[in-house]
Amino acid sequence: MTDISMDIARPEPKFRLDLTSDAARARIRSRYRAETRFKAYGIAALTVTALFLAVLMFDILRNGLPAFWQHSLLLDVPVAADIVDPAGKREAGAIKGADYFPLMRNALNAAIPGIESRSASKQLTRVLSVGAPDRLRDMLVADPSLIGKTIKVPLLLSDDADLYYKGAGTGIDDRAGRGTATPSGRTGEITVLTSSNDFAEELQNIKLRLKSVADTISRDAGRIERSGPDQAQRVASMRAEVANLANRYQQPGNAEALDSKVPSVLVAINGGLVKATRLDASGITGDVLLPLKSAEEAKPGTWKVVHYSTPESDRKVTDQEVAFLERLREAGAVDRHFNWRFFTTGDSREPELAGIRGALTGTALTLLVTLLLCLPIGVMAAVYLEEFAPKNRWTDVVEVNINNLAAVPSIVFGLLGLAVFLNFFGLPRSAPLVGGLVLALLVLPTIIIAARAALKAVPPSIKEAALGVGASHQQAVFHHVLPLAMPGIMTGTIIGMAHALGETAPLLMIGMVAFIVDVPTAFTDAATVLPVQIYLWSDLPEPAFQSKTAAAIVVLLAFLFLMNGAAIWLRKKFERRW
Amino acid sequence: MTNKFLALTAAVAALSCFANAASARDQIRIVGSSTVYPFTTAVAEQFGKSGSGKTPVVESTGTGGGFKLFCGGVGVDHPDFSNASRAIKKGEFELCEKNGVKDIVEIKVGIDGLTIAQSKAGAKASLTRMQVFQALAEMVPDKDGKLVANPYKNWSDIDAALPNVKIEVLGPPPTSGTRDSFHELFMEKGAEGFESLKELKKTDSKAFDKVWKSIRKDGAYVEAGENDNVIVQKLEANKDAYGIFGYSFLEENTAKLKGVAIEGVEPEYDAISSGKYKGARPLFIYAKKQHVGVIPGMDKFIAEYVSDKAMSKDGYLARKGLVALPADEAKKVAETATAMKTLAADAVK
Repeated sequence: MTDISMDIARPEPKFRLDLTSDAARARIRSRYRAETRFKAYGIAALTVTALFLAVLMFDILRNGLPAFWQHSLLLDVPVAADIVDPAGKREAGAIKGADYFPLMRNALNAAIPGIESRSASKQLTRVLSVGAPDRLRDMLVADPSLIGKTIKVPLLLSDDADLYYKGAGTGIDDRAGRGTATPSGRTGEITVLTSSNDFAEELQNIKLRLKSVADTISRDAGRIERSGPDQAQRVASMRAEVANLANRYQQPGNAEALDSKVPSVLVAINGGLVKATRLDASGITGDVLLPLKSAEEAKPGTWKVVHYSTPESDRKVTDQEVAFLERLREAGAVDRHFNWRFFTTGDSREPELAGIRGALTGTALTLLVTLLLCLPIGVMAAVYLEEFAPKNRWTDVVEVNINNLAAVPSIVFGLLGLAVFLNFFGLPRSAPLVGGLVLALLVLPTIIIAARAALKAVPPSIKEAALGVGASHQQAVFHHVLPLAMPGIMTGTIIGMAHALGETAPLLMIGMVAFIVDVPTAFTDAATVLPVQIYLWSDLPEPAFQSKTAAAIVVLLAFLFLMNGAAIWLRKKFERRW
Repeated sequence: MTNKFLALTAAVAALSCFANAASARDQIRIVGSSTVYPFTTAVAEQFGKSGSGKTPVVESTGTGGGFKLFCGGVGVDHPDFSNASRAIKKGEFELCEKNGVKDIVEIKVGIDGLTIAQSKAGAKASLTRMQVFQALAEMVPDKDGKLVANPYKNWSDIDAALPNVKIEVLGPPPTSGTRDSFHELFMEKGAEGFESLKELKKTDSKAFDKVWKSIRKDGAYVEAGENDNVIVQKLEANKDAYGIFGYSFLEENTAKLKGVAIEGVEPEYDAISSGKYKGARPLFIYAKKQHVGVIPGMDKFIAEYVSDKAMSKDGYLARKGLVALPADEAKKVAETATAMKTLAADAVK
């Protein structure tokens, strides 16, 4: 290195390039440091991006994957001929139109016998979906000889019951009873008394809760009192409330009522279940949720005190329903299976019945129209502009406008679609045909730009060679340039279609943001597309639809990955470097 | 140029072929409010399942957008029903008349409680509509009744009994029908509670309207978008914030949220149904009578909607969160609906 200064043999150099001096070393170090820093920035940016992506994917998968599974009840259903086919003609129409509700009710009553109260039996039927008989109906229509027999069929559970089995219910714990328990009856409202203070702990918890409520009120009263004298009456009534509560929690012995805002206390005894509505240390008064086999006294250790740790008002399923669902689970009637229905049915307002088949078909039809329109038009336009058009002011204007169109917000294309295709041409609303036309307008600029870039990338020597052996300009382009540019054009098209796959805004204006149950079969049928389905589901109140939303997003992402993967594969396979 | 021209001509030709496809329609088309959408879709599905005809197509366009389409004219290109989270306005009725939509049947299908809710973890609060107005209006009357820019930062600034936390309310944007209802039910009624503003209403009703229609813009009211589930999620994360949305969302999310009592009345099913809860609004569907008989199944669809198994307290709509009308009113609604009594011009405000 030092030679450099010597090679420049000048008597008195104005500037000596000395790379060994401390200053020079410092400069070099600082340049290397800058480079290291820049690399670190790059890695940090990538890490942050990857982190966001990972969090997003994790969240979507966590919410969405449970929706791919579903719970049914495997019950023995006695198919009574007088209910399903009273006329006895075994006609498909009659079997289809029959009321299956009594069958469902009978099957449930057989699984959990002895439910008498009207409200309880209503809650029992409510664990099943309104679509529960669908499977049975299909089986009977396919094979009418099953009528009159008892068959085992999976009956679909309602969304709340399904979510309960997926873990959205309550924690349940129990402990064995220490004393001898004596129930006063088998059904209805009964008391259960024990010989030892089995419920002392529960009673104490309630008293503690009363104390904390009283403390809060007392604090509020103090604050209001300090703020001014004009609230004296209110303060007085709050103080009275505190005194009343204090009276209750200071006497440890007296009984307390339970409401839906505290964890439920139940007693499992003699094969039944009693929910406490009022308890003291040595006994409870409560409603029978599952009937007892007998009203005999139960020895210590043969009965249990059960807690549902989530208060009833904090969950979607009542204590009664939890009791039913737990009993069905113990009986082994609950079957968890892959949710095929999600892929085979259209939309529904019942979360457990809703599927994406309609939206997927709509998407396919729409994208087909888009592809058929914009691939030929886009490629032809690109070929003309790149190879044939004279370079003058007009082609410049066209070129600038194509680039502008690529940046226009997508909702504008929707407005255009509404004005032109619906109002002027009178095409039907909500049709994949119109959706495809609108999306074609949206994707066209992308394809033209990508196709022109691909054509430009083909070396001019290829065209010149063709022209040199006597091919016409058109032959040179269509026989030689275009085939070589095809991989690039395909990649651009697929990326454009992936863009169209994710669009909702333009479809809003042409009526594709709609509830459509029937799976579309033609280009003019009412249809919706996958991203719109996601948008519609995300806005519904039922918690089960939130997980359906995430599941639909998983499907949409899978399609996007597939399409982008195909683009990369095409590029890798057919790409030629010159 | 020839290639492109040819392609375009082909496309146009293809379009005109399909244009004829629109002339016949055997499927009911419904547009309108996103608040009524969850209920109308449930009825539509039942209608389809019962075999009365093809399942109707229900679009979610918003109440205003729905009326624009509905009043666009008579014929298969125009929808048969419009969902609305408020009654039809005079301007919309006139638009209908102008376009030849003369016979409209108004059907009140139920009640939606507009609820203010908070996280289960938050300090329990009970509000009056006057307090809601004070918390959210841009201009509020001070002690002497003079209008001043809203000075309240914390809830306890309004009333010492309220929790000492920052005022933060998440609600729908102005484009939403729910926002309109919130203004009418809470802000207007709240403003009327002040003597000075009552005076103002008499002397200068326009100035009064401005007072209750303006929401403060200093961050106390957060526009959370049309999607009510977003508000639910934000409330879960922030225990001091309050959210405004329909009762069905509160009902479905009881595990996470609790309602705020208004004037001492908790937003619960019975209180909303009986009218005790003050933040309630009726929901409507509007039918185009001229389409009955042309589009098959319209009368059956209306019958399904007003039937007991849909609209009553035990009906499937109640399970979807719609609060049923009181029994005698429901009976009256069912009678007008099945008789197809049209809406008179002087009944529209």
